[in-house]
Amino acid sequence: MQAELFDVLMAHREQKTPVAMVTRLEDGAQALVTPSGTEGALDLSNAQIDEARTRMRDDRSGISADGTHFTHVHNPPLRMIIVGAVHISQLLAPMATLSGYAVSIIDPRASFATEDRFPDVELSDDWPDEAMEALKPDSRTAIVTLTHDPKLDDPALHVALKSDAFYIACLGSKRTHARRLERLREEGFTDADFQRIHGPAGLPIGAVSPAEIAISVMAEMTAVKHGTEPLRAAA
Amino acid sequence: MDRYDPGQQDDILGRIAEWRRDGRRIAVATVIKTWGSSPRPVGSQLAIDDSGAMIGSVSGGCIEGAVVREAMQSIQDGKPRTLDFGVSDEQAWDVGLACGGEVKVYVERIEGQ
Repeated sequence: MQAELFDVLMAHREQKTPVAMVTRLEDGAQALVTPSGTEGALDLSNAQIDEARTRMRDDRSGISADGTHFTHVHNPPLRMIIVGAVHISQLLAPMATLSGYAVSIIDPRASFATEDRFPDVELSDDWPDEAMEALKPDSRTAIVTLTHDPKLDDPALHVALKSDAFYIACLGSKRTHARRLERLREEGFTDADFQRIHGPAGLPIGAVSPAEIAISVMAEMTAVKHGTEPLRAAA
Repeated sequence: MDRYDPGQQDDILGRIAEWRRDGRRIAVATVIKTWGSSPRPVGSQLAIDDSGAMIGSVSGGCIEGAVVREAMQSIQDGKPRTLDFGVSDEQAWDVGLACGGEVKVYVERIEGQ
């Protein structure tokens, strides 16, 4: 890999823009493909550029059908937005970070979202709907609400349900969740929206401690990400 | 071997950038194709420097030894290589995958400044 191309690749990662490295396996010649252009010594046909961009959209690195070229997709990291800088968040944030997620935590209550409690995590003390809109959740974003407080969770959910977030989960008992859905229905949301919400959050693994609840949420989110049928508790 | 730092361990390219700043000579191995139950998905990377230090992985540890040897060669001669590993591929390589899968690994040198 040429030094210049490595630097360009790193710059795209820094900017959090998607990029794909295409390598001709025979001699190692390479080019970078972005959503808007290409760079590097290897000349690519329009079909090869299209294939690279399709792979970027699908987040699927791989070898060309004729076996001559390898396309390595470097998409920006998956994101997790946590609403509520609570005890569970202190466990969930580092677990998600270890799993490759860029974590943001939203909590307008000043004593909760402190750097002391959440080192190395992006914190926002804006109101959850404004904070969520600023973060622009997309199809590579997971959203978990943990406050139990309708004043905080509901505005975040309004934005979440209008986004393409791949995982939306809300902490709270079945009763709390039923009341949440009632309020959302009054706001105009429908059963189709409710099917996207995982509530109560997490797989039913009998989690009790904050760490165990964080594990159950991580596990459920992972199953959803890979399109695996989530486990259900025995009846 | 470098200290295990979970916060950075999976950012292979970021670590390669650090190694470059340290002036190390580096090769990187990438899983480019898999068949069957191979342990690491396409795109997984292992970076190796000329002292044999490594970060990341291209298998569950089954083929890393052989990949490191080829990577050190690539650091010397500058030639990229494509390596095939399978469970029965004993003639070409003295290692195989216990899981029964097969992987194709591309090894390239990171050129200096």
